[in-house]
Order: sequence, then C-alpha cells, then structure tokens
Amino acid sequence: MTSNPDIIVIGGGIMGASTALRLAEGGMHPLLLERGDIGQGASGVNAGTLSLQIKRVALMDYALRGYDLWRSMGAAVGFHCTGGYTLAFTPDEAEMLETRQRLKREAGAPIRFVTPAELRIAEPLLSDKVVAASHCPLDGYANSSLTGQYFRTRLKQAAIPYREACAVEIIHRDDPGFTLQTTQGRFQTPRILLAAGGWLAPMTDMLGTPLPVHARINTVTVTERLPRLTTTVIGHATGLLTMKQKPNGTMLIGGGWQGQGTPWEGRGRVSAESVIGNLALARFVLPALGTARALRSWTGFEAHVPDFYPLAGALPSIEGAFVLGCVRGGYTIGPYIGRLMGDFILGREPELPLFDPGRRFEEN
Amino acid sequence: MSTEADIAILGAGPAGANAALAADQAGARVLLVDDQPGPGGQVWRGKSAAILEAPPTPESRSGDALRRAIAASGMGHLSDSRVWTIERGDAGWHLHLADGAGQRRRINTRSLILAPGAREYVQPLPGWTLPGCIGLAGATAMMKRDLLPAGKRVVVCGTGPLVFFVASEIRRLGGGVAAIITANSRSDWLRTLPALASRPGLAARGALWIADLITAGVPILWRHTVTRIAGSERVQSVEVRRVDADWTPVGAPLFIEADACCIGHGLVPNSEPASLAGLKPRFDRKAGYWAPQAKPDGTTAIPSLFLCGDGAGIRGAAAAEIHGRLAGLSAAHSLGFGPGPDNALHLRYLKATRFGAAMETLSHPRPGLAALTTPETPVCRCENISRLALETEIASGAASVMAVKSGIRAGMGACGGRFCGTAVARILAAANGRSESEVPPATARPPLCPVSIATLAGDFRYEDLPIRKPAPL
Repeated sequence: MTSNPDIIVIGGGIMGASTALRLAEGGMHPLLLERGDIGQGASGVNAGTLSLQIKRVALMDYALRGYDLWRSMGAAVGFHCTGGYTLAFTPDEAEMLETRQRLKREAGAPIRFVTPAELRIAEPLLSDKVVAASHCPLDGYANSSLTGQYFRTRLKQAAIPYREACAVEIIHRDDPGFTLQTTQGRFQTPRILLAAGGWLAPMTDMLGTPLPVHARINTVTVTERLPRLTTTVIGHATGLLTMKQKPNGTMLIGGGWQGQGTPWEGRGRVSAESVIGNLALARFVLPALGTARALRSWTGFEAHVPDFYPLAGALPSIEGAFVLGCVRGGYTIGPYIGRLMGDFILGREPELPLFDPGRRFEEN
Repeated sequence: MSTEADIAILGAGPAGANAALAADQAGARVLLVDDQPGPGGQVWRGKSAAILEAPPTPESRSGDALRRAIAASGMGHLSDSRVWTIERGDAGWHLHLADGAGQRRRINTRSLILAPGAREYVQPLPGWTLPGCIGLAGATAMMKRDLLPAGKRVVVCGTGPLVFFVASEIRRLGGGVAAIITANSRSDWLRTLPALASRPGLAARGALWIADLITAGVPILWRHTVTRIAGSERVQSVEVRRVDADWTPVGAPLFIEADACCIGHGLVPNSEPASLAGLKPRFDRKAGYWAPQAKPDGTTAIPSLFLCGDGAGIRGAAAAEIHGRLAGLSAAHSLGFGPGPDNALHLRYLKATRFGAAMETLSHPRPGLAALTTPETPVCRCENISRLALETEIASGAASVMAVKSGIRAGMGACGGRFCGTAVARILAAANGRSESEVPPATARPPLCPVSIATLAGDFRYEDLPIRKPAPL
C-alpha cells in the first residue's frame, strides 16, 4: 500500500495530516510518517484555545478561516464556541490591551471592549480587580486530546497510508527525489514535506538548508472536576494565562509558562516554578480555584523562527522539498494552512499567500 | 520555604527508613520525607493516634522499633508531606513538597534516594467497583491503622501470601472470613518451599495463619477465583469458579454470600517518581510490570540518584530493609561519608531476595487472568472506561497507552492512570498481538498526587508576576 507515494509527509500533527488530506483530495498519493503517535505532539497536548484575541494581526485572516474549519469539525474534536474575555489588571496592561485589540479588530476579529461591570455579570466569580477587559464572541476551544483520534480517522477514510513510531533518521537527496532512512526502513519519494514541528531543525540541516527553528516548551495544567466556575475562555492581557472550564468540569490552565528539555530528550519536563507561577496567576484571576486540586501538568514543544511567522512553502533551491510549521497560533490555523500548503504542492494558487521559508529572518 | 540536605529520602517504609538510618549513621545530613503520619510504610504502618493501646503484632513491633530509631537519630523527618515533583538541578536535586497543613516546601539535596514502594494490581472484574470490594493491600492498611476488620463475612481472593495474612488479620480483629479463594494451587506453594526454608520465621508464621484458618473451618478454595462480585448497593455475594493452570476460569460457578470482598493479584512498583527523576523503567517479562532499575547496592544509571525496595522490583519487606541500608550506605559513601556497603550485607540482601522473589512468583500474571475482565467491566475507574471501550479505541488505530488515554480519557482522572495503567497496557498488547514490553506506560507527569492549587500558589503578589516581553503583535 505504501509502495509508490508521490510525496512523503514527515510529521503527523495537524499540519502534516491536513496537508496530506488536501493532497489526496487533489489526486496525489501521500505517505505520512510520524515519529510517535498521530496528533500527539504539540497538536495533541496544547490547551486547545481557539481565541482570535490572542492571534497575530497579520495572521488574522488565516485564524478566522482556521476557526471556521474547527467549527465544521464540531463534536469530533470537542469544539465549543463560548466567547472569551481578555483581562487587564493595571493601567499599563489596560493600555496594551486597548492598542493591541484595536489592531486585531481592524484585522477582522469581532472584538469589543467591556466594562468591569459587564464582565462581572458574565463571569461573576472572576477577581474584582479587573480594570479593563475585551470580549470576542467567537472565542472558544476544542479538545486537543482528540486531535490524534480525529486525524487518524480522517486519514483512514481518505485511504492515506500512515506509519506511526516511524522516526526519520536520515534524509538523502537523490536528485531527483529523496531517500529517507527511518526506524522502519527506507523509503523513496520524489517529494517531501517537512511538517515535524519542534523536530524540524535537524531535517532542514540534513538537506543543507538550515532554518533557525527553535522550540518553546509550553506548560498546561488540568484540575480535578469542579462545579461550574466559568463559562467562557479567560485570557490575560500579557498572554500569561489562558483558562477554560471544560464540559466535564475540569479547568485547563495554560499561558505559555516554560518547561525544560528538548524534543530530542522526550516530551519535555515540567518546571515546578512555572506551574507555581501559572497557578498563582490563575487563582488571582479566579479566587475560587484555591480550593481545587491540580491533577496533572505537562509540556509541549511549540516551534518558531525568529520573526514568529510561519514557514510554509518550498525549501529554497531543493526541487521537491517543502516545509510547513512554526505557525504562531498553529492549533487554530493549522487545518487551514495545511490546505493552503496542499494547494501549493498541487500547483494551485493558494487562497491566501504562503510564507517563504527562504526569507531573511530578523528578530521580531 | 526551602531546606538543604546531603541526602533526601522519599518514602519511609522498610527501604527508605533504613536507607535514612544508614546514611545518618554514616554522617550525612539526612532528610526523610513521607506522606504518612509516621514512618513504617505500608507493611509497618502504625495504628491511628486515636487508638491508645493494642496488642502488639510482628508488624507493629518492627514498625515501633523503626519509629524509635528514627526519633532517636538526628535526622530530619518530614511526615505528612507529599513530594509532588522532582527536578534535577546543577548540584543535585530539588524535591517539591506539599504538606498536610497546606504549606509548600522545597528541598535541595545533593543526592536522592527513592523508596516509593509498590501498589497493588487488581485485575478488573465485574462488580469490583462496588462499595465493600477493596484491595488486599488496602485492607491491610485499614486494619493496621484502625484495627477494625474488613467485614463480618469477608471473601478474601487473590494470589500470593497476602490472602492468608488478610484472612487471619480479619479473624484476629474479630471479623469473619467466608472463604479464601486463591488462583494458586498447593503445588505452586510447594515450589516455594526451598525459599521458604531460607526464612523459617516467616514460613512458620504463614503456617500458623493457615492452621488457624483450617481449624476455624474457613474454606480454602485452591486454584479458584472470584469471577463476579454482586450486590445492589454494596457487596452481597460473589461468584466463584475453578481455574486451570493458566488461571482461566473453567468450572461451574458457585455462589458465596459476603458483606465484603478483599481482592488482589500481586504488587507493582511505583515507578513514577523514578520516571520524573529521569530513570526510564524497563519491562520485567516474568513479573509483568515496568520497573525502574537499581543495582543491589541501590545505585542507578544516574550518579546522584539511588533507588531501593519494592519500588525497584517486588522483593518484599525483609529484602527492602537490607536494600535500603545498602542504598543509604552507597549514597553516603558517594558523598564522602562512611565506608560504603560491605560484602556481608550484599550477601544478606541476595539471600533475602530469594524469599521475596519466590513469594512474588505466586502472583506472576498468567494468561487466563485477563479473562476476568469482561467487555462491560470498567477498567479505568476514575473515568468509567470499560474494556470494550478500550478495545474499540484500539481497533480504530490507537496504538499506544498515550493514544488511548488521549482518545477516550483512560487514565486521565484523579489517579493519573496509577490504578488502570497496567491493565490498559495489557489489554493494548493483547489486542495488537504485541509483547507488553512494546507498550510502555504513559509519560509520568507531575504532580505525583493531586495537590491543592492554594498550596501550590502560596502567597502571591501580583506585582511580582514575571511579565515577559509581550507576545509578538
């Protein structure tokens, strides 16, 4: 079944799987290789926030379209539209919130500012120390734990072969085409798409086109099941907190607090200080959390390049090699940018522009 | 709040307490951390402080002697303190604790000895979640602490020596035993005789338990198992069947009325603390569990990390005591305290492991054990996930414990998979025709036990929030 792929997709996260699905729709025969389980890297361990309030201005069009795709996936991915609030607790934070949310509204996110009194009606248990807040009715979340199950099913339905526990160890350029040496043997292919998230860097190194891919190590914590405390997605003006109570009553708390480790050493290590800081802020924002118990904290690797814009396009000067990753807000945008990537490889004009991996990277 | 130590020991059971005493005697600055009110662990658990006097037992005597030795030593001892995570630092280890009073504490230690002990494996079977059904180990813990029997008409079921200990304790404390049901045969026990002979004291005690039970007319059904526990609100009766040599139920069912059922199928090392510390567990094919590896002297693959007792593989309390001493002496010696362990202690340890290993053999899982778990039986108790739900998810392509956990929440509840992880891995391996050695446990994640957010958050001043550079716009 895997004898003649016309492209090998390396990485079975949201982006790799979405691209593979688009390619198959377009008549190509992709083979997908995943070093672990489908959808269990960053795609499966992030906090699942689908919030337009925390998306980059220049990526808002992509986020809005990605959001629509998540909505259409619906219950199979645990999609919920709840609306969301972003909170400021100091005059400085309020000013930052005002500036940033105005630009995001101009970029197309239906964000409006609400008074602390309005906020209190919607979310009465939040801290009374809020000085400013913004609201977006589209904000919500999906259940990232279901990513693997969902995309595995979609790949099977589309008859796209995939291999799990298949790590790519060496990529050899055959001119034309590539030979991949993996933990499950060798594969030959005329084209490759690198969609390996935090594991991208050594692959671009092997191809002689190193890209400055780094990984942040984001921490998420979940509580035991609690009585209903909040009904919306709660964020903080600095981005240091995202919080949502799931339908089963558990509270999922994130905010990009950093863990330790590298993608090469496993799944990352939780830093105690980060968990303490993250939960202290969560409890400050929602005092009723104090009586709850934290059940589990974990980490995931979020890849980025220095300008924090995506890599999405052809690798410079290597015929048949493509790369997709490093999308800030990649959970929300992933399914959509995967489609664009698929269209590009199929030789179609993508609906929105891609992001040239050959550009010069400057620090943001 | 933070505390400094040369050697911190996690766990104050036979292994950890003896490791602490040995390291303390060697001259190291020692800190012993345990989640119980007093040292002793599961096997030498002390009685509740509310009980003033009770007749002594061999367990209470050993425990009391240990508690006196620790109190008389100069070591630091933090009881009622749960380690919620372990971090490796530049110059040693950081243990993060939450105590019963809701305080958070950090221990900075040069070396770390883990003595996390074991937990019980119970093969899920219909009715095992009914009130009145408890593990054999859980029953011993309750009886040692509260000195109350598990019931008036208890069916005691399982493998290994614990069934006989639990049954005789129930009778000693004034309860009644309806029957002892064990999948082991008399010849399974006969095969342990050479090892039993190495510990004549323990063997004699076991013989006394059995003699007492026979004299009292308690039926002992060798090579039988409970296949179903029934009752509307709580345990009312059990269904019992004969098993073949593979432990597959074969005979016609018989029914026994009961007000409680104590059941257990051996012990499994608590491997999570070692995993958090960076020590990967290995699969023990015979024992059927994953265990972090330690040498007889307690050293591990990580230089400043030591591991001892049942947490490194089930060898029983007698071996754990000596393994603890060895680990304590090794850890102290590696920091320049004392001469380290000597050969005689090594030999005593190896001899002691023979008895523990023979007892463990009685609980090595056999193929038929899995048949107890019917498709409808809940396997993950926290999230109420049946074997059928697990197998459906596996058939859809979930190929690892992590994938099954993500897809249907098996192991995502309050216990973090500590109760169901072994059963889930065995079901996964069987469904895919793979060896259990290819199905590693889910990644260990902190906290090691549920911790209050108020405790973790502590005193927080908003002004101290480390505001990083805001996210790129």
